[in-house]
Amino acid sequence: MAKLNINGRTYNVDVEPDTPLLWTIREHVGLTGTKYGCGVAQCGACSVHLNGNVVRSCSIPVSAIKAGDKITTIEGLSRDSSHPVQKAWAAIDVPQCGYCQSGQIMAAAALLAKKPKPTDQDIDDAMTNICRCGTYHRIRAAVHMAAGNTKAKAKVAGTDAAPSDKTTV
Amino acid sequence: MDMKKTISSELPKISRRKFLVGSAAAGGGLALGFSLPFGIGDAAAQSGAAASEVNIWVVVQPDDTCVIRIARAEMGQGTLTGLAQLVAEELECDWKKVKTEQITAGQNLARKRAWGDMSTSGSRGIRQSHDYVRRGGAAARMMLMQAAADGWNVPVGELTVANGVISHAASKRKISYGKVAAAAAKLTPPDPKGITLKPVKDWKIAGKGLRRLDTADKLNGKKIYAIDLKLPSMLHATVKDCPVFGGKLVSFDDSKVKGMPGVKAVMKVNDTTVAVVADTWWRAKKAMDVLPIVWDEGPNAKVNSASIAEHLKTGLTGSDAFAQIDTGDAPKAIAAAAKKIEAVYSVPFTSHTAMEPMNCTVRLLQDKAEIWIPTQSLEASLAALSSASGMPLEKCEAHVMDLGGGFGRRIGNQDVVRQGVAIAKAFPSFPVKMVWTREEDQAHDFYRPIAQARLAAGVDEKGNLAGLHIRVSGQSINAFANPAAIKDGKDIRQLQGLWPTLEGDAQIGYTHANLRTEYAMRNTHLPVGPWRGVNTNQNGIFMECFMDEVARLANRDPLEFRRSLMSERPKHLGVLNAVADKAGWGKPLPAGRFRGIAQFMGYGSYSAAVAEVSVSPKGEVKVHRCVFALDCGNVVNPDQTAAQIEGSVAYGMTTLHSEISVENGRVVETNFNNFRVMKIAEMPKVETVLVPTGDFWGGVGEPTICVVVPAILNAIHAATGKPVRSLPLSKQGLTLV
Repeated sequence: MAKLNINGRTYNVDVEPDTPLLWTIREHVGLTGTKYGCGVAQCGACSVHLNGNVVRSCSIPVSAIKAGDKITTIEGLSRDSSHPVQKAWAAIDVPQCGYCQSGQIMAAAALLAKKPKPTDQDIDDAMTNICRCGTYHRIRAAVHMAAGNTKAKAKVAGTDAAPSDKTTV
Repeated sequence: MDMKKTISSELPKISRRKFLVGSAAAGGGLALGFSLPFGIGDAAAQSGAAASEVNIWVVVQPDDTCVIRIARAEMGQGTLTGLAQLVAEELECDWKKVKTEQITAGQNLARKRAWGDMSTSGSRGIRQSHDYVRRGGAAARMMLMQAAADGWNVPVGELTVANGVISHAASKRKISYGKVAAAAAKLTPPDPKGITLKPVKDWKIAGKGLRRLDTADKLNGKKIYAIDLKLPSMLHATVKDCPVFGGKLVSFDDSKVKGMPGVKAVMKVNDTTVAVVADTWWRAKKAMDVLPIVWDEGPNAKVNSASIAEHLKTGLTGSDAFAQIDTGDAPKAIAAAAKKIEAVYSVPFTSHTAMEPMNCTVRLLQDKAEIWIPTQSLEASLAALSSASGMPLEKCEAHVMDLGGGFGRRIGNQDVVRQGVAIAKAFPSFPVKMVWTREEDQAHDFYRPIAQARLAAGVDEKGNLAGLHIRVSGQSINAFANPAAIKDGKDIRQLQGLWPTLEGDAQIGYTHANLRTEYAMRNTHLPVGPWRGVNTNQNGIFMECFMDEVARLANRDPLEFRRSLMSERPKHLGVLNAVADKAGWGKPLPAGRFRGIAQFMGYGSYSAAVAEVSVSPKGEVKVHRCVFALDCGNVVNPDQTAAQIEGSVAYGMTTLHSEISVENGRVVETNFNNFRVMKIAEMPKVETVLVPTGDFWGGVGEPTICVVVPAILNAIHAATGKPVRSLPLSKQGLTLV
């Protein structure tokens, strides 16, 4: 039995102590926004916040969670997708398949909480999550945009024929 | 050892009636707080309103919401949004009121495949359906307008429509689609052949870089992928297949795991695979990790990458090759040339490694078989469900869940369906979700085929090409997956991108009086399949990197040298010129930075790229900038087209890092710790110029990947003076940073 504070709610879950936090969240708490990608803390699809720090929940046994620890998953990042990272992700249409994006967004939110104006190097160092669709280009632009860099949109792509920010239908 | 399946007596005891009630609740989407894909009618059911199916593509709700039906799979490539744009363009509806819904394979079958081909591969989603989906949108518009005309008793020719509102100027009347949809649905549809479609220049919705329709739920955890599916009384399974291809399952000792928490069964799935079924996936996986399994590793247990390479090498000179292009006498012309060059290239196996591991959920009821699956071919999944379950097709249903990446892995081979059904058979009426581990996903892929090539060329005293001879040796996808496609023993598919004509959509960009292209089949025991861009990947590297070597031999600029061979290929030349212009080819670069260029064709579209790299004395390769030109004929969404090109850079560049290698008959790289995937730090700036010529429809998802790697390798060659003839880069003492 474990007691977890997730997104401000308390959950009592009946799991073996070695159950990874990821699978506790997905299968016992029932929040499936946090994804399984590798199980060995390499891909970051399972990223959640533990007391404000981004962690890879696939490799943290639920027994390592202490009383008073606060866990935030993608579902709890904001109530209405209004976190600046989520808004920037929407504005730039970052996701392709979307599977890794919960983790990418959680990693970006944690980065911005610590470094409100990250450099490209900061992004390279902090954003080590894997995306196979290859949305990295837009992730970088969206992180800058979420940090308040209004030129980020223009930087997203040099697509001559893409009037995406000019077109309204 | 007990080879029989052992079904635990702890199965939840639920009555059939209760089960059906539970299912119905789930079908409504409310019980579990999210929408499950139960096929068409979902959107209407959720809105609680009576919706009218105007035709198979368009359903209009009383609140003017236009639900556009999608028959192709969405795996990130943006097809869903693009197809909706095409329908909406002709429908003249309000884009802000557009929703989409996926049809099921069973619905398509029941209506005699009214929605056409549902498979989503070969970058065909839009280019093969643009015509009939636009006609569908136009037909619906005509019916809606006719219904308004009938209601007002005026000639339809007096009406106009914009944003889903029909107007009659003379009487100053207006009515919205939602109000006339029910009447429109009763009308006889017009003959689609008689419909005149809007010229592309008049497009207002299609052709624009509109935001995707499917982004919102990907930002907050709401999107339900197949791996997230929850159904009442669901069981969870994971599998382990013999790690050596061609081996077999001998036995397993379930006594070690039967008592573990939640474990319901340990069972033989087929001759090569064992499954653990539990009440949660983690518990199934934990038991699998400690399950003693005895394998018969079979005849391939000693095969390794070195022995495979030797096998392919025999194809470089073997007499069993066939020539597809054989103009003039290339070998003779090369032999007689003033200067000549020969090079051997090699490209390893690689894996798809979609972020969502392979999975499906199967439920076998007495009179119905159902599957929920992230698949690129829903109809193939349906067929596999039927054959594996023994249930007739009309009693089967297959629901596609948007894929967490596809890249070709989830097309033809419905291996997970067969496994999922075999497991579910042991649990009648229980939904069983089978999810592979990442390790299983890496070890049991259908890999991009391994290939080598021997290329020879000669140039005359003036630096003109005297002859070019390309011999490809490697594994055949068709030999593994579709032998019937090989005509007269000649598998031209492995020469994709070097084809002499436009047939097949991957034509060689050069013509010459002495040109020869050949293929020698050298198969291995690894299963192979299509991988984003398929054989244009290897062939693009062979052709385009060697072209730089020949230009160098001729002391000519790589761009100018290519142009000299492209006078009969105006579209190939068009993108090459466009990319050179955009990239500033020939203009000075910062110190230490070098350019490489490449052009190639695949999937009906023409691609060219320029890469800018620097290489440190320690061999660290930094790719700073990649510029692309793409002619895909017509562009439906330029922003998503750019996104696909950006994505192709990352997917292609991973092959600079990583390979799938073989030791003792099995795959070595079984997770991201030893299969290094490209990350954001290595991602270059990507710029795209779209140069659609308008007279054809080409693909978007796959075409550009074949120029990513050759452009980068040519830039490395320019930087170091040494050609890169084999991948990954580590083989040359280089690392991507």
